[in-house]
Amino acid sequence: MRFGLIMSEVGNGLRRNISMVISVVLVTFISLTFVGAAILLQFQIGQMKGFWNDRAQVSVYMCTDSSTAGQCKLVEATKSQKADVESQLKSPALAGLIKSVTFENHDQVYKNYKTYFKDTTGADFITPAFLSETFSINLKDPSKADVIRESVASLAGVEQVVDQRKYLDPIFAALNAASLTAVSIAVLMLVAAVLLIATTIRLSAFSRRRELGIMRLVGASNRFIQTPFILEGVIAALIGSVLASLAVVSIVRFFVQGYLGTQSLDTPFIGMSDAYLVVPILLVVGAVLAAGSASFAISRYLKV
Amino acid sequence: MIRFDQVSKLYKGNARPALNAVTLEILRGEFVFLVGASGSGKSSFLRLVLKEENPSNGQIHVLGQNLAQLTSRKVPYFRRNLGVVFQDFRLLPQKNVFDNVAFSLQVIGKSKGFIQEAVPDVLKMVGLAGKTNRLPHELSGGEQQRVAIARAIVNKPAILLADEPTGNLDPSTSAGIMTLLERISQSGTTVIMATHDAGIVDQMQRRVIELVSGQIVRDERQGGYQTQTIPVQGFGPASVSRSNLGIAGHAEEVSR
Repeated sequence: MRFGLIMSEVGNGLRRNISMVISVVLVTFISLTFVGAAILLQFQIGQMKGFWNDRAQVSVYMCTDSSTAGQCKLVEATKSQKADVESQLKSPALAGLIKSVTFENHDQVYKNYKTYFKDTTGADFITPAFLSETFSINLKDPSKADVIRESVASLAGVEQVVDQRKYLDPIFAALNAASLTAVSIAVLMLVAAVLLIATTIRLSAFSRRRELGIMRLVGASNRFIQTPFILEGVIAALIGSVLASLAVVSIVRFFVQGYLGTQSLDTPFIGMSDAYLVVPILLVVGAVLAAGSASFAISRYLKV
Repeated sequence: MIRFDQVSKLYKGNARPALNAVTLEILRGEFVFLVGASGSGKSSFLRLVLKEENPSNGQIHVLGQNLAQLTSRKVPYFRRNLGVVFQDFRLLPQKNVFDNVAFSLQVIGKSKGFIQEAVPDVLKMVGLAGKTNRLPHELSGGEQQRVAIARAIVNKPAILLADEPTGNLDPSTSAGIMTLLERISQSGTTVIMATHDAGIVDQMQRRVIELVSGQIVRDERQGGYQTQTIPVQGFGPASVSRSNLGIAGHAEEVSR
């Protein structure tokens, strides 16, 4: 009985304010889509960091006879210099940090170079002798790269020590900036959504002020009076949240996986499981915001 | 039933209190007229009884409850014991007579079965048995007020508050409403009626409480609109208002 009465009140309210309800739906839809996009970007950043941390290595480049950088004086690194570096890496102080070390001589480095840069003009002029012999070091904790650099860079025959992760920093910075932008747009839109929900509920309450007055007069409980209004806001916001969830899922499905995934195969992208993780977050955020702002808006009509 | 102890009510931005140290007691089943000029505090009195306002000073007890100790969560349940009728009826224009009365029971969670029994009963009592499907605008003023009274008493309240219930009605229609209120009073309900209608007050000869500037100046057992015991200077309008308007039994109301 009471449930039916409340639901019919909700239906009446939604129908009476249809244009405001549609605007609430649209604003929550867009704002929550931005929230979802920001969360997905953070997932993407996490995923890429994890991926590169597994692979990224510290490279110790040895001198070639054409280099003057670092400790080089246009002399190829000698066998004993290479052995010094190797023994330094195997010393007790560093061995604990290192997962594995591989040494690549001129020919191996050249082979890798050819596979990565085969389409680049000028690649044909490079000879193996130009390319430094390299110790590739895989660290247990990638953030300890500086320790390796400090202990190895000053050794004779070392051209330079490079933390490969440095190359990824601009990418992460760009992704972080995009994520921040999405978050700030989302916050602005959410503020608009909250105000819009509050206005809609106030309008709805105003158009029903006669009923509200009589309800209060005959002793309807506050919860009974406010429930239809809160449900009205929550239903409108939930429709927006569902649309936003659909948008987030299809972005991942069709853009990230369908387009980006086929464009660059060696970059790890977020998958559908990440998208499905975002959906409940959006639904809860939408419902909670709507319930909060609606009950705040209606409280003015409940003062006794 | 209702007890006021030194109750004052001061509205913000108004130096003169709407009610000033009012002390009175109204007993079960009494029929009380509240008279006084506009702004004398009649409506404030009724609002305080309903706990729509809180007194600035003093204690109010209604139905054995100290209103100051009533939490706002409990106010709705307290109000279920009170019925209220206004000068402007306050019906819901898009609901018919039956639904207007049923609405007040629905929103306090009464069952469908209870509503199906109680509403026709009360409509019969107020004399609207044949008009349950009419909309308010299809009724005369007197009939609309009967709907409002039906809505106020359908939950069998212990107290009925009426704020100028005959203010919008012609004398013969008013007489019909008064007959109805008297019948409600006889069934044991305490009726408190704020009014300007001197003819009605004179005719009924019930307890009269007169307020002037928020103070009780008269509380008479069986009074008229103006007291008989103290000579009153004769204004022109006063003699007219005391002229025999007459409550000639139950007059039929004419539908508009």
